[in-house]
Amino acid sequence: MAKGNNTPRHEMPTRDAEERRHIFGEVALGYTLEMAVEEAGRCLNCKKPSCVPGCPVNVRIPEFIAALAQQDLWQAVAMLKDKNSLPAICGRVCPQETQCEVVCILGKKGQPVAIGRLERFVADWERMQGMRAPELPAKTGKKVVVIGSGPAGLTAAGDLAKAGHEVTILESLHTPGGVLMYGIPEFRLPKDVVNAEIDYVRKLGVKIECNAVVGKLYTLEELLAENDAVFLGTGAGLPMMLNIPGENFNGVLSANELLTRTNLMKGYLFPAWDTPVKVGKRVAVVGAGNVAMDSARCSLRLGAEEVHIVYRRSRDEVPARAEEVHHAEEEGIIFDFLTNPVEVLGDDKGWVTGIRCIRMQLGEPDASGRRRPIPIEGSEFEMPMDTVVMALGTRPNPLVFTDAAALERSRTGTAVTNQENGRTRMERVWAGGDIVTGAATVISAMGAGRIAANDINTYFQDSSGPWWIEPTAAPAAVSD
Amino acid sequence: MYRIVTKKVLGPVTKMYVIEAPEVARKAQAGQFIILRVSDKGERIPLTIADYDRVAGTITIVVQEIGKSTRELGFMEAGDELASFTGPLGRPTEIENFGTVVLVGGGLGIAPIYPICRSLRAAGNHVIAIIGARTKDLLFWEDEMRTVCDELIVGTDDGSYGRKALVTVPLKELLDAGRKIDRIWAIGPAIMMKFCALTSQPYGVMTLVSLNSIMVDGTGMCGACRVSVGGRTRFACVDGPEFDAHQVDWNLLLSRQRFYLDLEKTALEAYERSLAPAAANN
Repeated sequence: MAKGNNTPRHEMPTRDAEERRHIFGEVALGYTLEMAVEEAGRCLNCKKPSCVPGCPVNVRIPEFIAALAQQDLWQAVAMLKDKNSLPAICGRVCPQETQCEVVCILGKKGQPVAIGRLERFVADWERMQGMRAPELPAKTGKKVVVIGSGPAGLTAAGDLAKAGHEVTILESLHTPGGVLMYGIPEFRLPKDVVNAEIDYVRKLGVKIECNAVVGKLYTLEELLAENDAVFLGTGAGLPMMLNIPGENFNGVLSANELLTRTNLMKGYLFPAWDTPVKVGKRVAVVGAGNVAMDSARCSLRLGAEEVHIVYRRSRDEVPARAEEVHHAEEEGIIFDFLTNPVEVLGDDKGWVTGIRCIRMQLGEPDASGRRRPIPIEGSEFEMPMDTVVMALGTRPNPLVFTDAAALERSRTGTAVTNQENGRTRMERVWAGGDIVTGAATVISAMGAGRIAANDINTYFQDSSGPWWIEPTAAPAAVSD
Repeated sequence: MYRIVTKKVLGPVTKMYVIEAPEVARKAQAGQFIILRVSDKGERIPLTIADYDRVAGTITIVVQEIGKSTRELGFMEAGDELASFTGPLGRPTEIENFGTVVLVGGGLGIAPIYPICRSLRAAGNHVIAIIGARTKDLLFWEDEMRTVCDELIVGTDDGSYGRKALVTVPLKELLDAGRKIDRIWAIGPAIMMKFCALTSQPYGVMTLVSLNSIMVDGTGMCGACRVSVGGRTRFACVDGPEFDAHQVDWNLLLSRQRFYLDLEKTALEAYERSLAPAAANN
């Protein structure tokens, strides 16, 4: 079998763009066993792999790939799941191109090993066989409550259960999974995949209590009184708006509303499912992150005829994954770069009729390091629209902080932690994921969940030291 | 989980349910709401809490059957379980001894003013309540209301029971009578709350309304419930549901409530068609 960069990387089989723009079925279809084994054969199995430190949870990449190349699939599963309890999800939604794959030695002269696609293959293979419940250690008698069942919470809960603690997850919605269920659409992350991963966490002994809104049903103080540790992984659920005139017209939605109605409530199956979701013929999605791409592609599948991504910067600054932009373009989404809405237009009954935009040009780099968009005077123009979706980013939901004055927060509402151990300023309370970083990625949230779980174990063994230690290094930059 | 303990028919389209939800009951306060789902495919229905019993561990809600989901709920009986029940959500009513207070409950709005009256009375207020509905069939809890207020005025728009008057008429009479009224609450359909606000505004009496905008999660996540109060966008679910009536942009609320009307109709019609054969067999 050929090894190294002289064989090209296997393309991911995908559903045809014309077919998929009307349906919610998964776009990427996954490798066959033959493709996966061949692709695994490209890995050089480096002595000092750079891919492993590139991964926020340090998945044993060369080891799982080597097992796969030898067609020892259960060994591949064991190696993969040693560090990652949600591999079927990560294989689909991680930005491998900026993490493990970007540092792959093969990528220097050709194409890197398709680590993400192999991860997905191994995880999917395991799910088809029926997941094996791991052996659990003796109970420690310690109780931990995890708030939020998104990627940070599920990872922390899984790790803590594996360490023998009694873990309960509190979830505010009626279904666990957080952003994996309400945010990321079916065509990118099938909910069966998410449910299987959640079942695995349940098999580890984790109890999940839904419909539990912390800050309303329980306060942090109450939870601390009944548990030895609390982990906050409530994400960043509060939508930001542009604060421009007309933003409350009928037909202006936050991306959260569109995605929650579509994904969590299965609005695309209305009226078989009860929750309606409505987009018009012409849709503008404001913003260009992954959430904007998801919103645009959902709108298309919900029946929109023309969908625009309206973004104030240029293509080079687009924060969404390249793959998502590529898929969106294939499906016919129109990108309006250097365009900024200044007003939502409506009729006398309060319904959206369009947006007034201004053209932008790029100036000097701003605080984010990206070139600052500057309005071009007199360049205003109108675009007729029926629906406008605001996908401008999200902030942590303040509800969880109710009656928790000791929990320090930043100016933007994120929880202040030492990101080296996940500790907040409030004793016995850890936090990780988007609640700390603001909206980021699934894998960085999982990494933070793991760091906190490790530190909770350390703390249970010895809590004699000071609770708060200033972090030694600046926290790693998080991409948006 | 979330078992219906008691179901009581209050009128042709109005039903009361007592739901077993001990954790929610432990925290619930007047003015807050819950969100329930009837079935696994069900939508999230926000309903203001009509009563709570911390000892029994129950929450009481009153429902008007107007759409598919509420019709479906209407077929559930004591002993049945709801798919989900979340709360208490929103901010509770601010309760203190204001002096003399007037509470206006229109239609389904009678249910949420009941616990508010009780709390205000316990805080030492002289409580006057006005309850009204379009017609007699939509009125309920007259006797219950008498137990939590000092004066009760009952009316219907069509005169089929009590005074023939919109609720704004006795409200204006009270304001004109020269009695010092310290605070007013008006809860009911948006249009009724709007006219209560317009009625009390010239008198400068602080008036609170409980805004029933469209919601999904009820925790500040989706922003569907956006309302404009005093020129600022607020989320009814977490910033409310109660707001200063004189600051609310009523036309915006009324317009936003209509956003899904066509689809709600589609859902109801499809549901009624699905029921038709069953009805024919009866």
